[in-house]
Amino acid sequence: MDLDLSAPHSMGTTIIGVTYNGGVVLGADSRTSTGMYVANRASDKITELTDNVYVCRSGSAADTQVISDYVRYFLHQHTIQLGQPATVKVAANLVRLLSYQNKNMLQAGVIVGGWDKYEGGQIYSVPLGGTILRQPFSIGGSGSSYLYGFFDQAWKEDMTREEAEQLVVKAASLAMARDGASGGVVRTVTINAEGVTRKFYGGDTLPLWHDELEPTNSLLDLLSSSVPEPMST
Amino acid sequence: MELQRSMVDGSVSMKDSAKSEISSERTLYPYVTGTSIIGIKYKDGVILASDTAGSYGSTLRYKSVERIKQVGDHTLIGASGEISDFQEIMRYLDELILYDKMWDDGNSLGPKEVHNYLNRIMYNRRNKFNPLWNSLVLGGVKKGQKYLGTVNMIGTHYEDDHLATGFGNHLARPILRSEWREDLTFEEAVKLIEKCLLVLLYRDRSSINKFQIARITDEGTTIYPPYALKTFWGFSHFQNPSKGAAGTW
Repeated sequence: MDLDLSAPHSMGTTIIGVTYNGGVVLGADSRTSTGMYVANRASDKITELTDNVYVCRSGSAADTQVISDYVRYFLHQHTIQLGQPATVKVAANLVRLLSYQNKNMLQAGVIVGGWDKYEGGQIYSVPLGGTILRQPFSIGGSGSSYLYGFFDQAWKEDMTREEAEQLVVKAASLAMARDGASGGVVRTVTINAEGVTRKFYGGDTLPLWHDELEPTNSLLDLLSSSVPEPMST
Repeated sequence: MELQRSMVDGSVSMKDSAKSEISSERTLYPYVTGTSIIGIKYKDGVILASDTAGSYGSTLRYKSVERIKQVGDHTLIGASGEISDFQEIMRYLDELILYDKMWDDGNSLGPKEVHNYLNRIMYNRRNKFNPLWNSLVLGGVKKGQKYLGTVNMIGTHYEDDHLATGFGNHLARPILRSEWREDLTFEEAVKLIEKCLLVLLYRDRSSINKFQIARITDEGTTIYPPYALKTFWGFSHFQNPSKGAAGTW
């Protein structure tokens, strides 16, 4: 893993976590790539750690899966010993410990998000290296490069649940439009005091951006309907 | 498998037979980094300053990273370099201070002691080719004695009346060498530091316009909330530099 200092390794994914006025919304694309090949076009990158804490994974699929498995195991025991649900902070710090102590061997950039009764909705970013930072929103993965400007402009404090979900879906789909390593569907997980809701936004339900066309069944449909539009240069 | 944390080497350990194949104990590279720290002594104590950026390569990824923290009653620490390693150092230092407090013997660790402790950690890690990738500035006052020192990832350490890390060494210290005095008031010291911070903002690519200043005196510590500085772009030469020499930069 000999890398140039000034070019950090980007990971094939877009992951997003935002807080809103009652909880958090986590979002991700669904593309797992091995080099140029799309190994899984409908993967689930938002993984459960406890009932109230989920994690968005980017980087090596193997590394992040193994980290999630360990943390889920530790949190399970912790919950039994504590007698009540684990806090988001504890979950995030367990992820951080594994990430930091094994930084030589791991390629894992994650966003931990959840809700607990003490601090409400929280998002913790744990990038490569094992730094931990609590943020009102966080983006990660190779697709996130295209979203820094978007979030600088579109993010605001105290959104409603619907606004937050729409923001996450819009952002993920913008990133997927430009990042080759991101694609497929957008999955979101919303966590609040009431519980957890999973949503799925399939290819055709996502908005179209610049230079993208409305999908059709076939050219033949276009030909038979009316005079087809000539191709433009 | 338990999470074993040892002080000096923190890798997750397994059966010894498997260890040598799996862990690669060699020099790493930083991921999320902080840029310069500036520290100066002034009349009543010591001031540390930094920006609040956490860079990820060339991206200014995190913009609210606190890189100056308090350590016990008498010391401030500022860190540049890998933020995860700084967070780990803070865990070591908080533990050190806690155990010191638990003695409840009226003594407390001062900046000299903290500096020495850190120096041992940094140098020993360096000898194992597994450094904590930071340059640290420690400032403090104990019983009227002002202290300002630095230690970095290779174990080099020294004290001075004014210090900086990273780009600050090249851009800020010449200004400080020229304009620093023993008897600076707080206001004069802040103005001098702001002069340095502005130069770093203009000329260091990984700096942002969001700064934090912290002060420590015998009375106590204050870490001021983040703020931004006005920048100046009104030089006549900036208006049209290509006039008369098209293609110049």
